[in-house]
Amino acid sequence: MARTTTKDAQDLFHSLRSAYASTPTNLKIIDLYVMFAVFTALIQVAYMAIVGSFPFNSFLSGVLSCIGTAVLAVCLRIQVNKENKEFKDLPPERAFADFVLCNLVLHLVIMNFLG
Amino acid sequence: MARNYVRFLALILAISICSEAAIFRPISDSHRSAALDLFKPIDGSFSSLEETYEALRTFEVLGIGNKLDISASTCRSVVEVLGSSSSNLKDLFYALKNQGILKCAIKEEILKGVSSKLEAAVNGASSLPDFYYSVGGLVLIKDQTPEVNVLLDDAEGVFRSIKALSQSDGRWRYSSNNPESSTYAAGMAFEALAGVISLAPSEIDQSVVATVKNDVVKLFDSIEKYDDGSLYFDEKTVDAHEYQGPIFVTSSVIRGVTAFAAVVSGSLKLPGDNMVSIPLIVSLPATVLSLTQKDQLKVSVSSVLGSDAPPLTVKLVQASSSSSKGASIIENQELKFDGDSSFHVLDALPDSVDIGKYLFTFEVVLYDSENEKVYTTGGKTQVPIFITGFVKIDSPEIAILDSDLGSIETQKKLDLAGENSVALSANHLQKLRLSFQLSTPTGKAFKPLQVIIKLRHESNVEHIFLMGNSGKQFEIILDFLGLVEKFYYLSGRYDIELTVGDSVMENSLLNALGHIELDLPEPPEKAARPPAQPIDPHSRYGPKAEISHIFRAPERRPPKELSLGFLGLTLVPLIGFLVGLLTLGVNLKNFPSSAVPATFAALFHLGIGAVLLLYVLFWLKLDLFTTLKAVGLLGIFLMFVGHRVLSHLASTSS
Repeated sequence: MARTTTKDAQDLFHSLRSAYASTPTNLKIIDLYVMFAVFTALIQVAYMAIVGSFPFNSFLSGVLSCIGTAVLAVCLRIQVNKENKEFKDLPPERAFADFVLCNLVLHLVIMNFLG
Repeated sequence: MARNYVRFLALILAISICSEAAIFRPISDSHRSAALDLFKPIDGSFSSLEETYEALRTFEVLGIGNKLDISASTCRSVVEVLGSSSSNLKDLFYALKNQGILKCAIKEEILKGVSSKLEAAVNGASSLPDFYYSVGGLVLIKDQTPEVNVLLDDAEGVFRSIKALSQSDGRWRYSSNNPESSTYAAGMAFEALAGVISLAPSEIDQSVVATVKNDVVKLFDSIEKYDDGSLYFDEKTVDAHEYQGPIFVTSSVIRGVTAFAAVVSGSLKLPGDNMVSIPLIVSLPATVLSLTQKDQLKVSVSSVLGSDAPPLTVKLVQASSSSSKGASIIENQELKFDGDSSFHVLDALPDSVDIGKYLFTFEVVLYDSENEKVYTTGGKTQVPIFITGFVKIDSPEIAILDSDLGSIETQKKLDLAGENSVALSANHLQKLRLSFQLSTPTGKAFKPLQVIIKLRHESNVEHIFLMGNSGKQFEIILDFLGLVEKFYYLSGRYDIELTVGDSVMENSLLNALGHIELDLPEPPEKAARPPAQPIDPHSRYGPKAEISHIFRAPERRPPKELSLGFLGLTLVPLIGFLVGLLTLGVNLKNFPSSAVPATFAALFHLGIGAVLLLYVLFWLKLDLFTTLKAVGLLGIFLMFVGHRVLSHLASTSS
C-alpha cells in the first residue's frame, strides 16, 4: 500500500511535468514571473518574522506589491491563454497593455505607502 | 487760533472793564515761545497777508525781534500787492497794515494809486467789509505817509451808508442783502465810522453821530459777565462754521469803540466804568520765602504787557496767617522801590513772623492823581505766601519700656539729622516709645502735616502709626500686647522708619532709624493671616523651572548586517527569474525590425523605465503631487506610444 502511494505521487508528478512541458513559452515566462514575485514576498515575511513589524507600512507595502504584481500576472496569463474560450476575442497585446498599466498604478500606490 | 491770539493782545491792551484782576504774570518767555510756535512761517512767509500782519504785530508787542526773517519776503509781497491793479480790498488793507510795522520802501506814486483806488472803492462800496477795508486803508495811508493827500469827498454819505446797516439792538448787518447781524460786525462798523470821521474834510452832522453813540450804548446792553466779574461780548446766533469765540468778538467791539471815542467830541456814556484804562498788575516773582535764607518780599507792578508802571507805591496792607484765624502779623507797611531791579521790596520781615502759610494783601497807590484816569490798580490784591524755615528737632529718643511698671529697659538717643541704626529687641509684654520735640525758628510749637512711624516686617508686611503731640512734645508708645493681633503674630525683625514733613518745613525727613527684633507669641488657630504681599514681578515673569520630558522609548531596530543580508536575499528570486528566462530560451525575435515601429517600441520601453525611475525619485525625494503630475504626463506619452506598438504587433501577428 505504501508503495502505491509513493509510486502514485511519483507518477502524478511525472505526468504533470510532461503535461507542463507542452505549454507555450510565453505562459511559462508568466509562470516564472509569478514564482519570482511570490518568493520575494515570502522572504519579506520571513524578515518581518525575525525583526518584528516596526515600520508596518513598509512591510505591508513590500508584501502587497509582490502579491499584487503576482495577481496581475495571473490575470494576464488567463487572458493570453489561447485555450481559454472566454477571452477568445481579446488580443493579447491589449491584455499586456492592461497588465503594464495596472502594474504602474500599483507601484505608484506602493511607493507612496512605502514611506 | 492765530487771530484769537492777536485779538487777545488787543483786548488786554485796550480794556479795563473788569474790576478784579487775578494774579498773573506779565509777558514772559513762555508767552514768547508760545508765539514763536504758533506763528511758523512756511518757506519764509505766511499763507496770507492777514496772518503775516498778525504775526508781525504779535512779535512787536511781545518784543520778539526776529521779524527780519520774514520782513524781506513780506516787503516783496506788500510791494507787489500795492502795485498790482487786481488786488482786492482785504489784501490792500493788510498790505498797508504790514507796511505800517515793517516800513518797507514804497514809492509815493504807488501809494497815491492805492489811495485813489480805495477812494473809488469807498464810493462804490455796499457791504460792511468793503467799507471797513477801504476806509481803514485810507486811514493807514494818511497816518503812514502824510505827503499823500487822502480825501473822502462824500464823507457824510459814506457815514450814512454805513449807519444804514445798523440794527435796533446795536448790532450790525454785513450787507443790505444779508439779514444776519453780528456783534463782531458792530465793532467793524464803529472802526469804519471812526475812520470816516477822521478823514472827513468837514464836520459831519452831529445828529447822525449822536445816533451812533446811542447804538454803542445799546450794544453794551448785550454785554455778558463771567463768574469772576469780567465782562465780555459774544454772538447771539452762533454759526458753527464761523464761530470765533468771545475774545474775538469782544476785542472787535472794543477796538471799534475806542477808535470811535477817540475821534468823537464829548464822551460816550458807557455803563459801568466810564473810562477805558490800562490795568496795572501786581505780581510776585516768588511766593515762597525762606527764613533761613532771609529772603526778601519782592513785588513788581507793571502793565499787562510788561511795560513800566508810572510812579507809585505798593503798600502791604495786611499779612494774616491762614491758620491762626486771620490774626494779622504785619499791618500797613510800605515797600521801598528798588530802582535797579524795579521791584518793590520789603526790607525785612519782622522777627515775630514764623513759618507757615499767610495771606498778604497789597494795595497800589499812584503818585500822580492824573494817572488814575489812565491806569487802574484793581483795588486790593491778595496773594497766598508760604514762609518756610528750619524746624528744630530736640531730644529725639527711642526706648523700650517694660509694661505696667514703665521702667526703661533700653534707651537710645537718635540723631535725626544724620544716619541712625539702632538695634532693639522686645517681646510682646513690652512697649516701644519714640519721642522728640519740634519747634519753629521763633521757638513756638509746630505741628507738621506728617509725623509717621512705620514698622516693616522682613516679609514686607507694613504697619503705620501716626504720632500725636501735646505742644512741642511728640510721642508715641506702641504697646505690643495690644498690637499682637494687628501684627498678625509675626515675630522677627521689623525695620523702623520715621517720617516728619510739612510744606513749610525745610528740613523734612524720612529716616530709617534701625530695626527691632520682636518676639510675639504663636498665632492661635483662628488668627488672621497676614495679607499677601505683591509678588516680585521678576519672579512672576522670570524663567520657570526646566521641565524634563519623558519620551517614548524608540523601537528596537534590527542590526544592520541582518537587514543588509535580507536585502541580498530578496534579490535572489530576481536572479532566479532571470536564470529561468534564459533556460526557457527567451528571445527578442518579435521585436519589430522596421524603423518606425522599432522606434516606438524602444520609446515604449524607455517610457516604462522612466516611470519606474520616477517612482524611485518619488520614494527618495519628491512629493506626491509632483509625482502625480509627472506620471500623468509620462502616462499620456506611454499610452500613445504603447498603443502604436501593440497595435502594430497585433496586426503583424494576426
